[in-house]
Amino acid sequence: MIETIASLVPAPYAAHAPALAVAVPMLLAPIAAFMPNGRLAWLLSIFATGISLLMSVTLLAQVRSLEGGAVLSYAMGGWTPDAGIEFRIDALNSMVLLLVSAIGFLAAIFSWPTVVAEVRAAKRAMFFAAYLVCFTGLLGVASTGDAFNLFVFLEISSIATYVLVALGARRDRRALPAASNYLLMGTIGASFFVVGVGFLYAATGTLNMAELAYRLQPLQDNKAVLAGFAFIIVGLGIKSAMFPLHQWLPNAYAYSPSFVTMFLAATATKVAIYAMVRFLFSVFGLEFAFEGSSLIWILMPMGIAAMFACSFQAVFQTDVRRTLAYSSVAQVGYMLLGISIGTAAGVSAGLFHLMNHALIKGALFMALAGVVLTYQGTSLTDLRGLGRTSPWTMSAFSIAAVSLIGVPLTAGFQSKYALVNALFENGWWWAVAAVMFSSLLAVVYMGRMLEAIFFRAPANPNKRHKEAPMLILVPLWILAIANIWVGVQGGFVAGLADDAAASLFIGGGS
Amino acid sequence: MLEFILERGNYWAIIGLMMIGLYICFAATNLIKRLIGLGLFQTSIILLYVSLSRIDGGTAPILFGKDYGKSDHASDHGETVDHGAAEGHGAYDAAGPYSVDSLEHVYSNPLPHVLMLTAIVVGVATLAVGLAIIVRIREAYGTVEIDEIRAMDLDVAIAEAEKDADQARAGAG
Repeated sequence: MIETIASLVPAPYAAHAPALAVAVPMLLAPIAAFMPNGRLAWLLSIFATGISLLMSVTLLAQVRSLEGGAVLSYAMGGWTPDAGIEFRIDALNSMVLLLVSAIGFLAAIFSWPTVVAEVRAAKRAMFFAAYLVCFTGLLGVASTGDAFNLFVFLEISSIATYVLVALGARRDRRALPAASNYLLMGTIGASFFVVGVGFLYAATGTLNMAELAYRLQPLQDNKAVLAGFAFIIVGLGIKSAMFPLHQWLPNAYAYSPSFVTMFLAATATKVAIYAMVRFLFSVFGLEFAFEGSSLIWILMPMGIAAMFACSFQAVFQTDVRRTLAYSSVAQVGYMLLGISIGTAAGVSAGLFHLMNHALIKGALFMALAGVVLTYQGTSLTDLRGLGRTSPWTMSAFSIAAVSLIGVPLTAGFQSKYALVNALFENGWWWAVAAVMFSSLLAVVYMGRMLEAIFFRAPANPNKRHKEAPMLILVPLWILAIANIWVGVQGGFVAGLADDAAASLFIGGGS
Repeated sequence: MLEFILERGNYWAIIGLMMIGLYICFAATNLIKRLIGLGLFQTSIILLYVSLSRIDGGTAPILFGKDYGKSDHASDHGETVDHGAAEGHGAYDAAGPYSVDSLEHVYSNPLPHVLMLTAIVVGVATLAVGLAIIVRIREAYGTVEIDEIRAMDLDVAIAEAEKDADQARAGAG
């Protein structure tokens, strides 16, 4: 199917797919900002994200058609990588690109009803412009092969994100302190990253990631490289909400506009985790002795701590969006745990969970956006009885909920199963116990919601039978069905994750 | 030992500025002051990069004298697929017309300066968005002190929780 879609793209465009995927939304963003009304800007953003999705599918097909270990290298503007910026697409990049652009496309379609309800008419065009800029930045991070360029794209997406989060102020003024807090933390994270890149540049004299990997090999014990490694991991840790650095996330997710929460939860932290994987396994590589110990002494304990602490915090929240936000940090813990195993199976499991979690949280927050739209509330009591009044929205919500818990036949089960397998292979049985316990906590916090939805009488008798509009229901069900499809026949997504992990361990490290 | 410390004076200054900025970010309760701290932090990074680019005896990186007017033959391998990543490595080190040995004069490295131009733009954009958000906070809360804002938010959260509990009782009854 991938190949047939890719073959629809004319060859001259297909040759420039890496650039077009990023450049189209970037160039359309300012045009969207000057659209006379929000609806045109919305259509434009669907168009832009659609083009990016098409280009990502093309890239996936192109990467798959290359022989083992080969990488698609695109010299931006015709400047060769030694002087210019290289876009470097391998199996991992194409997987993340596909994830971001697919979620971005669905999010763009579903956005209109919630944006009408939550953003003032005069601001809508600007809102979509900011969304496109954020989308551009995330795609750029996922496709660039230049360490400093990665920082620039990271900041492009982050600055747009701060604006988007702050726009939640119309519904709840607490969005503003949340956005300002996010801005401080996010900027410090990005600055740490850029200090790290500076150290690597000082030690090697290059910013190209493939070249960095090559030149870093004889510099294993260089103090500047060690410091650079630490700075980069902490900086990307802040961006990806690694456990003790996640304080910006719950408020930012709880108070931003529903659409923004959905998009961020499904993509932003995922892209930061991608960047971390890229640096851990292709730039530094496992032979880097410092890295082995940092995986075991930093990433793994932090992942497990996140699984426990944030799952507990999720249990005690009364606001559903906050519960899901804490759950997101816990799920980041699963991904880090998988990555910290440091084997191909472990990294593949972590990446598989990354994809699935995007499907799960995307569907959950999309359903909640429908609830916010129709009932204006996200506390646990607001959910009561919704199973009867809006069965379609809520059945999709519950599919994603059981997937988050990890019930068999859902996506969440497949990736947790892969994770547990990888842990057993490595002999970390106690980590398996931690995964199980954290999943039980997920049963508790998701169970509270499902109980309120299906087994309680409506708290507010005025709530009428009112489904979310079609524009929300269709993307929502696409995500929900994707959850089941991956759960029943996980081959496609698991294959993407396997290829990605394999490309890190075979081609990237050399 | 003393020589070791003094030789690296620029780095000590940078570390000092960086830590002061970071401390202000976390310790100040006034949001504007926090942004000032952030600015200091980012500026110290700019200094770090600029001092990296310095070479002893190096002049501004504009070619002059015999170095000026050399033609560039370096970039004629533009294939898009890089088979077998290994063979590409080290190609950048090959002696081109602008490799260090073939130049008459010593130039400082221009690349970090260019990078920092980008970083300055990013910093300005961050500062602008941050100040805009603070203006909106001032409109919504009437203050820019983070502890006062927190106290107000706490009151709201407690009121919400009480309302929720009431609703829960009403639903159960």
